Amino acid sequence: MAAEPAHLRPPPLDVARVRADFPILATQVHGHPLVYLDSAASSQRPWPVIRAVEAYETHSHANVHRGVHALSQAATAAFEGARERVRRFVNAQSVREIIFTRGTTEAINLVAQSYARPRLRAGDEILISALEHHADIVPWQLVCEATGAVLKVAPINRRGELEFEAFERLLSPRTRLVGMAHVSNALGTVLPVKRIVEAAHAAGAVVLIDGAQAVPHLNVDLRALGADFYAFSAHKLYGPTGIGVLYGREALLEAMPPWQGGGDMIRTVSFEKSTWNELPYKFEAGTPNISGAVGLAAALDYIEGLGLPAIAAHEDALLKRATAELQALPDIELVGTAAHKASVLSFTMKGVHPHDLGTILDAEGVAIRTGHHCAMPVMTFFGIPATARASFACYNDEADIAALVKALRRAREVFG
Amino acid sequence: MDLKDLYRDVILDHNKHPRNFGVLEGSDAHADGHNPLCGDRLTVSLRLTGDRISDIRFEGKGCAISTASASLMTEAVKGKDRAAVQALFERVHALLTDDAATADPALGKLAALSGVREFPARVKCASLCWHTLNAALESGDATVSTE
Ligand SMILES: Cc1ncc(COP(=O)(O)O)c(C=O)c1O
Repeated sequence: MAAEPAHLRPPPLDVARVRADFPILATQVHGHPLVYLDSAASSQRPWPVIRAVEAYETHSHANVHRGVHALSQAATAAFEGARERVRRFVNAQSVREIIFTRGTTEAINLVAQSYARPRLRAGDEILISALEHHADIVPWQLVCEATGAVLKVAPINRRGELEFEAFERLLSPRTRLVGMAHVSNALGTVLPVKRIVEAAHAAGAVVLIDGAQAVPHLNVDLRALGADFYAFSAHKLYGPTGIGVLYGREALLEAMPPWQGGGDMIRTVSFEKSTWNELPYKFEAGTPNISGAVGLAAALDYIEGLGLPAIAAHEDALLKRATAELQALPDIELVGTAAHKASVLSFTMKGVHPHDLGTILDAEGVAIRTGHHCAMPVMTFFGIPATARASFACYNDEADIAALVKALRRAREVFG
Repeated sequence: MDLKDLYRDVILDHNKHPRNFGVLEGSDAHADGHNPLCGDRLTVSLRLTGDRISDIRFEGKGCAISTASASLMTEAVKGKDRAAVQALFERVHALLTDDAATADPALGKLAALSGVREFPARVKCASLCWHTLNAALESGDATVSTE
């Protein structure tokens, strides 16, 4: 981070206190205290989230939007309260723009099937980047197959940064939609999303930002960003699995047909014709993940309680420290060295396959992710089958980095 | 859980210096194996004399377990006929998955893989080469995946 005047710097995170909020961190793994460095895959949950879900299940559960009885109203209030909580967190204009989904993947598929597929024609183009997660590649490939549209890919450089000028050159009047990650899960790169949105809009394209790895780490202000769609998952920001959010600009959502049909998403149904419910319910067919929404709202409260600037500063310090320590180890090669990164450290060790590294680190209680990180094209670009990835969250501390380094030395010993 | 059980010297040696590594020119059968979970890929190619594997090579990129297992496999099956290979595969499978499996002298050096069963996430790494060999023997030209 750039040096800021002291009065603007967030007060440092009290990590010991934060760690006490996450009961799972007391777990022993293979006789060692758990060192959890896999939050980019899924973060852990703090007590306030666990308790909010439990309180909902204990006292407030019923189906939403369909009963006059007290519990149904309590459940509806909790569910709609969570929607408002999300709106406030990402600074969307209206709750009509906040659609609950199963996660980022479902949110992107919703846009692909309901926005892109009915509109795109043969020769139209969808533009993504070379560092996308499979969730921001495959849904567009399905649209291309169905419509004859063409998928274009903006390149990255060896540091794992988007080649912005090449991206701009790929924008054309044929570009109907741009889909980009806010933060790369495989490389940690933070993309210049504001400039991406502006360039895409100037070319007349609609923009979806995959914010799965961004919302837990960066302040996301959707009104300032101006993206047309923005997707993220609760389980990467200390909330439950099975719930996520699609933000969509209201005018676009209004014009889109429903994606799935069923209960809740209709106004009237007859065998001749049904009419659709208003936003956001038009896109929420069936009984939703109510307890998940409650947990998500509690997770956002938790993050706001700690303060995103404090979380970001803490994670940034850990990332810098870990980067320096790993660079000092022999035979470690970092994968993803962008100037602007968040919370992700991908690497390989010479002569040791990432899968073996994962097993050796696990034996020491250190949980990292190994593999292609659902970003096979990124692995192909760097000419490697896989990487090992350590990722940081608010509850990690310097002892976690020390444990990682120690376990990496152990791997070196085992493999000689 | 002891890492030394998994990464025995034999395994580390075969990982570092895989035997029968490369492509067999003019092979009679070959197959590609893929473990999408870890990105491992390997190709097994072999020459048959009658029913017997007279030569075999493997090639690919994989973790230590998958590389060593393939290397050990090529040594173990060279010169064997289909029935003997099948019988050996079954013994290896038991070794990798059956906690009750006892020392089986017929396995020879392959017994070094016995530590794998303590690491369930790694069983597929060790068995990929055998499934690939099977596919090559069955169809002469195939692709298999562990997922
Ligand atoms: C950048 C990115 N996009 C999309 C996803 C998919 O998220 P989910 O599996 O929660 O739908 C992930 C999670 O792995 C991710 O990191």
